[in-house]
Amino acid sequence: MVQKKSLAAPYLVWMAAFIIAPLIIVVYFALTDSAGNFTLDNLMTIGRYSTVFARSLILAAVATAICLVLAFPVGYFLSRLRTSKQHIMQMLVMLPMWMNFLLRTYAWMSLLEKNGIINRILGLVGLGPFEMINTSGAVVLGMVYNYLPYMILPLYTAMTKIDQSVVEAAQDLGAGMGKILTRVLIPLSVPGIATGITMVFVPAVSTFIISRMLGGGSNLLIGDLIELQFLGNSYNYNLGSAMSLVLMVIVLLCMSFTSSFDEEDMEGVV
Amino acid sequence: MKQKHWRALQQAYMVLIFSFLYVPIAVMAVFSFNESKSRSVFTGFTLNWYKSLFTNSMILDALALSVAIALISALISTVVGTMAAVGISGMGRKPRLLINNLSYLPIVNPEIITGVSLMLLFVAYRGFAAWANAHMGADLVPQNIFGLPTLLIAHISFSVPYVIFNVSPKLRQLDVRMYEAALDLGCNPTQAFFKVVMPELMPAILSAFLICITYSIDDFIISYFTCGNLQTLPIAIYSMTRKKVSPEINALSTIIFLVILAIILFTNHMDSRKYRRDQQRG
Amino acid sequence: MKKRLVSLAAVLLCAVLAALPAFAVAGDTVPAGPDLQVSADYDWNRFRGQNVTLYVYNWGLYISDGSDDSIDVVKGFEDLTGIKVNYTTFDTNESLYAKMKSGAANYDVIVPSDYMIGKMIGEDMLEPLDFSNIPNIEKIGAAYKNLEYDLDNAYSVPYTWGVVGIVYNKTMVQEPPTSWDALWDIEYAGNVLMFNNSRDAFAIAAKKLGMSLNPTSTEQVQAIAEELKAQKSVVQAYVMDEIFDKMTGGEAAMAPYYAGDAIVMMEDNPDLDFVIPEEGTNYFVDAMCIPKGAKNKEAAEMFINYMCETEVGAANCDFIGYSTPITNVWETLDDDLKYSPIAYPSEEVLANTEVFISLPDEINSAMDMAWSDMKSYDEAGSGWMVPVMLLLALALIVFNVWRKLHRRQRSDLY
Repeated sequence: MVQKKSLAAPYLVWMAAFIIAPLIIVVYFALTDSAGNFTLDNLMTIGRYSTVFARSLILAAVATAICLVLAFPVGYFLSRLRTSKQHIMQMLVMLPMWMNFLLRTYAWMSLLEKNGIINRILGLVGLGPFEMINTSGAVVLGMVYNYLPYMILPLYTAMTKIDQSVVEAAQDLGAGMGKILTRVLIPLSVPGIATGITMVFVPAVSTFIISRMLGGGSNLLIGDLIELQFLGNSYNYNLGSAMSLVLMVIVLLCMSFTSSFDEEDMEGVV
Repeated sequence: MKQKHWRALQQAYMVLIFSFLYVPIAVMAVFSFNESKSRSVFTGFTLNWYKSLFTNSMILDALALSVAIALISALISTVVGTMAAVGISGMGRKPRLLINNLSYLPIVNPEIITGVSLMLLFVAYRGFAAWANAHMGADLVPQNIFGLPTLLIAHISFSVPYVIFNVSPKLRQLDVRMYEAALDLGCNPTQAFFKVVMPELMPAILSAFLICITYSIDDFIISYFTCGNLQTLPIAIYSMTRKKVSPEINALSTIIFLVILAIILFTNHMDSRKYRRDQQRG
Repeated sequence: MKKRLVSLAAVLLCAVLAALPAFAVAGDTVPAGPDLQVSADYDWNRFRGQNVTLYVYNWGLYISDGSDDSIDVVKGFEDLTGIKVNYTTFDTNESLYAKMKSGAANYDVIVPSDYMIGKMIGEDMLEPLDFSNIPNIEKIGAAYKNLEYDLDNAYSVPYTWGVVGIVYNKTMVQEPPTSWDALWDIEYAGNVLMFNNSRDAFAIAAKKLGMSLNPTSTEQVQAIAEELKAQKSVVQAYVMDEIFDKMTGGEAAMAPYYAGDAIVMMEDNPDLDFVIPEEGTNYFVDAMCIPKGAKNKEAAEMFINYMCETEVGAANCDFIGYSTPITNVWETLDDDLKYSPIAYPSEEVLANTEVFISLPDEINSAMDMAWSDMKSYDEAGSGWMVPVMLLLALALIVFNVWRKLHRRQRSDLY
């Protein structure tokens, strides 16, 4: 069995070179100035952008909360369907996810515009026009739309494990809708909720395309700031790396928080 | 009676959510047949955008590049990832946990950080190559790696962990006694692996391969930072959404949607056939 | 028999004579694709069959690309020379610079604007051109050569020039704007688009304040930044190339944009009009350059030469609407474009324009900082956001610790 272990060698080398080394370089850039001297200035400068960080976190949190509320019933209803039907419905949830997200976000652009489809339809009934695009609301909508399936699927997986008889037993014991929800369904689907929250929150907090396409450039998010430093107007790798580092810390904090709810063995979650 | 109301409510809710998911896609599909360039008023039916899409060399080139990168990177990732999964399964608990946790990094890390960090690595490598070449007085180390090499490296890097996490659970379910029996019956370990273990792993490996392809074709953010002077399909789409947007983009998304729908229906059909066959057999 | 021979000879002679004039014309030009003729007085074929790929990085919608029944200029070049062109686009000078500077991409031909060329020359990022491969440099008007950014004209060949003005929708404004002030007019709140690029945006605010668009001190940068901050509540979106689509689609009442695009936009949507504000504006020249380390320098020079061909230039002008620095091209244009006051403004309008120069690093970084500040600055929510976030984070940590302790207690019990 000795040679079996060595099969992992190519991957370990690869991992060291292309997963770990890049992250070390990010840390290095974050802690140096353009001449390569150690400095904490980059991290200090980020304080100036605290509003952007706050905005990203809040918008992502709101989007995650909306996703959770919308997806919870979907996950439940899906898990109560017949198995053959479940399969098809699951596919239907995943299908939009396979579409390129630029195209999906772009579709929302044409829906939300001032002369867009929604405003035209509302105009027919004498309403509007409403200003929907280029607002933070539009950014949240874009996040919810793009990441909703990431919330539905883990919730659904968690809830398929809830036996219908448990729900029925609760009913028989006189529990109302609210009680069933808070005492049975939610506690039993906690692992799904935790996975769903990370799967929605992480991409939402770091996006830069959704805010650019739907937010009109004035709803700057962390992702936009980072992109500006690397391929945009600012061109400052050191500051960009410092921002990436902070974002990474935020994400890891969020992960450690949700994974503490995830009782399952970490191996084989995907 | 109450049950009936509940049912109706439930169905209404599902319809609402699914229309939320599908209305934007439907809108794009409808407007891909629109005669004028307007994105909100339907003026007449035409197939012209599909025609011009297939003569648009920018899109076709980008598509070819995306497909090539997806195939190559998925192939390499599947091989490397499967080998890694087998190797990791032979390790003790501690190193296994460590490697698994590290492999999670590219999956949980925001894509923008993966992209940026790889870009920094490649930029740093360029600096190193320039220094090394100047030192040796000859161009021995390739310096201009941005483009195909960087794209491939980036795509393999984010794909391999998915392969590992797809194959590992299958490996754990595997019956070791089968492998040992093969050894007892005179196979050498390599033969035993390919004759006994591989066939069992095949479904997981195949689905990992498919996952890699879809992630690779769909990836925008990581490619955006590592593409050099090339253009993958999502990057071409991004540049198309910026200026003078052409309805060709609607036609493109409709086609992509249909292709994906077809693939899903096909695999679904195969699955259900297999399921029924298994049922009959069992 | 003899007679027959004679008549045959006569026919042959006639054929040759008839062919002669045709031959003479063909001697001047060769076809590049189905729709273009280029000068035959150039060896276009020297890279044929060598599998050369040329990487061209240009502005979005800045070449006649074959869409909307236009002539596909790039395809023409490929047919003419057998060189494959990989054509991609950028949307600001600064993003072009970022990509070049880091070495994250190698291109053979790039098209930066004046001040960026100056900056790139200063940082040794451009290759001096070999003009024996670009004979068409002769055709460039004297007014566009040896400009400040490239005094000896060693690095660049002008591609187009133009001015920045305001594109506005006649149906959405009470009276046509005449001044940059209009972009600050509270009456159009939510109906104004603005450049999403520090240099261009600062130029507009500076002109509004009656200052030079090349600030000389950080105090000036601050003053201009304040003006941009004041504009924020009026602006619907900060965008670059998207202005084109949004204005044509009637999404906003006005936006600053380039004269050349404005002409094309006005063709697409007749409600649009263009004005050069009275305070004066930015005059720009975009020129073709070859970056240091380009793999196919000679082929790149061939491409640049091709772009200066009369028919090619005319096709481009016709499609992108920008003004040409090549007199021959200007002469072939349709009258409405040729005498358009937008594409070719009068002397007095041009006298009131200013060119970007490349700024010292200190000013550049001050501008950049002020720009990011302006963009992140939020009138409504900056005050309370940070403390709320801190509180939330704190609550999260406390909750998590409590949970862990709680759980340990529970497991101790069992």
